[in-house]
Amino acid sequence: MSNLQKAFESGKFAVTAETAPSKGIDLSHQVSIAVSLKDRVDALNVTDFQSSSLKASSYGLVIKLIQAGVEPVMQMTGRDRSRMAIQGDFLAAAAFGVENLLALTGDHTSVGDCPDSMPVFDLDSVGILNAATQLMNGVDNGGNALVGDAPKFYLGASLTPEYDPIELHLMKMKKKIDAGAKFFQTQGVYSIESYKRFMDLASKYDCYIMAGIIPLKSAGAARYMNKNVPGINVPDDLIDRLKNSKKPVQEGILIAAETIAALKEQELCHGVHIMAIGAEENVAPIMDAAGI
Amino acid sequence: MIITTKKPVEELLNDLRDAKNVLLVGCGECATVCKTGGEADVEEMRAILEANGKTIAGSFVSETCCNALLVKKELKNAKDALGAADAIVSLSCGDGTQTLGDQVEIPVYPANNTMFLGEVVRQGIFKEACRFCGDCVLANTGAICPVTQCAKSLANGPCGGSKEGHCEVNPETPCAWIEIYEKVKKLGQVDRLAALSTKAHGENVFPRTINLKDGTAKV
Repeated sequence: MSNLQKAFESGKFAVTAETAPSKGIDLSHQVSIAVSLKDRVDALNVTDFQSSSLKASSYGLVIKLIQAGVEPVMQMTGRDRSRMAIQGDFLAAAAFGVENLLALTGDHTSVGDCPDSMPVFDLDSVGILNAATQLMNGVDNGGNALVGDAPKFYLGASLTPEYDPIELHLMKMKKKIDAGAKFFQTQGVYSIESYKRFMDLASKYDCYIMAGIIPLKSAGAARYMNKNVPGINVPDDLIDRLKNSKKPVQEGILIAAETIAALKEQELCHGVHIMAIGAEENVAPIMDAAGI
Repeated sequence: MIITTKKPVEELLNDLRDAKNVLLVGCGECATVCKTGGEADVEEMRAILEANGKTIAGSFVSETCCNALLVKKELKNAKDALGAADAIVSLSCGDGTQTLGDQVEIPVYPANNTMFLGEVVRQGIFKEACRFCGDCVLANTGAICPVTQCAKSLANGPCGGSKEGHCEVNPETPCAWIEIYEKVKKLGQVDRLAALSTKAHGENVFPRTINLKDGTAKV
């Protein structure tokens, strides 16, 4: 059983962070970040060609983390691999001890840095979860039996609390759970009120939900995210705080910490997933300030 | 309808670099509607090629360029022009160009790019409508095709990428899954979206043939 699963099932407030592989072959920075966070987080996500940008695949960094004694959450999108390749990579990852998987649809190839790459989308997030569940049941997507022990995975997926219409999003959430998702990580949360409205609808489902935390770096970055990143809605009062601060990065860390503390105090989630996006050195200070 | 667009003239002229006498063949069906293969388009092509030093050995607009027996008959009627030609320029879709290519011993060059199966929204406006997946799901999706209208062809609902109801890939386009959801809600069929949907690609090994006489579909 993975640390992450143990954390949820023991009732602990779970924490994950994430790191992206390099656009190259040197993964030492990511490994050192992972090792520094090892005793603070329950697991560390490794992104899969995040933003449709070509990098070393998640699979490689996931193995590096396991070798360094850090538990990974392997992200897998449907954008670049057929169902055969997805299941093959899952089996190979399981052979190295990977348990936590996070299934995502993935951004379209056309928005990334290899726009002529074929957008595969053979399976969507629900299909990826289903394929992983089939492997856990000892069969592949063609219905063929696996040889030897079946892999043991702990399956996760994503949620967008600000999605509209929310009923449609909840319908897909239910499909993800039916296909095997046990935990969710959400898009960045900035408004407790708005997140609470989402949880009033989502808490009826049997799963663990980690609220997404993306520390803001500046008022400009917050406005950019509001305009360009789907599912992000930074309220004006937070943008004003960043604008009026002499140290906006520190203010962003403080806002993230306050959000985490409020979510925890009001028992609105089972944990948090901190996405520092290239500033992973801020993860521990955020946790310290949040008192977790 | 098969939607086509004209290739750049320079590309076609490069393809025709070894040709001197050219037979032009248009198509009276889809390419006429797309203004890529009707009478006027054939005449425009005649003027372009003549201005670039080619001789036009003849021209005709096929009734339906994708019907092999019909095209065979039409080429027979144009045998003098065909005999004088050292190349054919096909102003039809990719299917018509291949049908022509099967019937003659000289090179056939496409004047058009074949884009998609689509509907005529209004004159001159075409919209992709079907990707020939061979496994129609429209019964469950309010007659809105997720395979075609969703940029990711998602089978089980929307991605998280829509912004104010619009697609992350084509910001001008409404999210197909939101449209599907609103439609099935109106139809009282939201429950039809609940089941796991996975496309089976095993049925789509190209090239596919269908034989109505012996009832077989070779896939």
